Amino acid sequence: MVNFKEVQDFIRAVSKIGLSEVDIQTEELKLNIKFPAGEKESQGVKEGFQIPQFQMPMLSGMSQQMGSPLQAAATTTTPIEYRQETKEDDKKLLTIKSPMVGTFYRRPSPDKPIYVNVGDEVTKGKVLCVIEAMKLFNEIESEVSGKIAKILVEDGSPVEYDQPLFLVEP
Amino acid sequence: MYKKINKVLIANRGEIALRIIRTCQEMGIKTVAIYSTADKDSLHVRFADEAVCIGPAPSAQSYLNIPAIISVAELTNADAIHPGYGFLSENAKFARICKEHDIKFIGPTEEHINKMGDKATARRTMIENGVPVTPGTEGILSTVEDGKKEARRIGYPVMLKATAGGGGKGMRIIRKEEDFETLWAQAKQEAAFFANDDVYLEKYIEEPHHIEIQIAGDQYGNVCHLSERDCSIQRRHQKLLEETPSPFMTEELRHKMGEAACKAAKAIQYEGVGTVEFLVDASRNFYFMEMNTRIQVEHGITEEVTNLDLVKEQILIAEGHKINQRNYYPQAHAIECRINAEDPFNNFRPCPGQITGLHLPGGNGIRVDTHIYSGYKIPSSYDSMIVKLVAVAQTRQEAIDKMKRALNELVIEGVKTTAAFHQQLMEDERFRQGKYTTKFMEEFEIKNPDVK
Repeated sequence: MVNFKEVQDFIRAVSKIGLSEVDIQTEELKLNIKFPAGEKESQGVKEGFQIPQFQMPMLSGMSQQMGSPLQAAATTTTPIEYRQETKEDDKKLLTIKSPMVGTFYRRPSPDKPIYVNVGDEVTKGKVLCVIEAMKLFNEIESEVSGKIAKILVEDGSPVEYDQPLFLVEP
Repeated sequence: MYKKINKVLIANRGEIALRIIRTCQEMGIKTVAIYSTADKDSLHVRFADEAVCIGPAPSAQSYLNIPAIISVAELTNADAIHPGYGFLSENAKFARICKEHDIKFIGPTEEHINKMGDKATARRTMIENGVPVTPGTEGILSTVEDGKKEARRIGYPVMLKATAGGGGKGMRIIRKEEDFETLWAQAKQEAAFFANDDVYLEKYIEEPHHIEIQIAGDQYGNVCHLSERDCSIQRRHQKLLEETPSPFMTEELRHKMGEAACKAAKAIQYEGVGTVEFLVDASRNFYFMEMNTRIQVEHGITEEVTNLDLVKEQILIAEGHKINQRNYYPQAHAIECRINAEDPFNNFRPCPGQITGLHLPGGNGIRVDTHIYSGYKIPSSYDSMIVKLVAVAQTRQEAIDKMKRALNELVIEGVKTTAAFHQQLMEDERFRQGKYTTKFMEEFEIKNPDVK
């Protein structure tokens, strides 16, 4: 059986070495990863959208164990990132996903305080962030009550529909 | 005025999204794909440079979601949006909003769309510019009594049509006055679907040929045409097969229709590629039916016989290039079969599902435009077209032979498709002789192989 954690660790280790391409084939698994050719994409606010997890046909049988399928890297110019999925972390955490496309902000405006921090207790209906689209700011309310376990998106970065924003421990 | 386009957001999905991405890649233009959650494993998402999920499966919240699409364009710094066909491609409001946000809408302007989108207005524009139209009412009919009076003037049979209708909805053929009131009520009710139940009347032409002319216009008032496509083989007003040149065409008719189509485009100073649809009767009289202000599903057959890339032309026109002041004529014969995920032996019922095995035909004279792959799950939220199969050859007979070969070679497992219907069509005597009108599918009998 393919151990997803091992594969994940392997990829992290390989990415640190600085190889441009890795090909690995076992009886159970066939993997090809391409890393960007030394280009440093600025990790600034207007980062390009990642190509989302695309199910490579040959891995489709293992998708349940793999959790987030690996990113097909052929055309990407930014390093591989992993969307945090609750499956790999504590299964009791609930994910709050973005209901729209826009820019994620942790404060209502630059001079106002941050809405929530990790560790804060929130009740259902509490505003966690705003997502700005076309100059309109939309308050995003928590659908659940609990404690903020993790904030998955950087302040000021673009988000897409259904993108996980917060992990909440109910 | 010339302005280079560097990044295009494709506001569409499926095969046309992939089609647009391919041309953009060839032109060195960056691409942004948008997709609903139902399309996360779609091929257009895979091949774009960037891809953004914009909403759940229902089109209203995703592919028709104007604020979300504009947001994505702004976030990704796209300088143009290609709307494809369907969805927002003929939405004047969307064209305007793009303009207001300094995003180039690859297509006509809000005014062009309004002028041609409203069928009654389009008819009036054509009449004013000397383009032949089917005899009919000049404007909207206010009452059923007005309708009856007009019908008597035009002469039965007549067709009651919704001005905002499409895809065959809001239309009724009325053959005698006794039926008028009932059919009026039905048409009005269906028309209300388009948030506008206005109706008008046209003379109903028995057994017409549906022949459309491809045109292109630039930002400077130049217009040209790229000859015709015959789309008479339709089921419930949905095209099943298209071919060029039309087997019913003559050089003289092509010249006249091309000229009329260019006149129509010039009359509104049309920008972009578009199609003028005509009905042609048995005596080869032709009448303006409507104009589609977008690229069409069947554009590929025109490309194959003229060696052009119409998506590229759209982008060049949008950038401000001038078009050649010449017309284009078919240099070969091309046929397109639209393969849908439908069961042709059960009333063409849609059959979404997962494709478990796939072999696409290839070889000399075969072009396949598709977004499907082995393992792909066809979502149930969108239309059922999965493959556009095109055969090109020097003669019509050879094109039919090639299509027959390609259909035999095509393998799609896991879902039912209309490929079997097209195979029977290639053997049909009337089709093979090129003797068909829009009435063809009413009389075509599909043979169910399971029925002994």
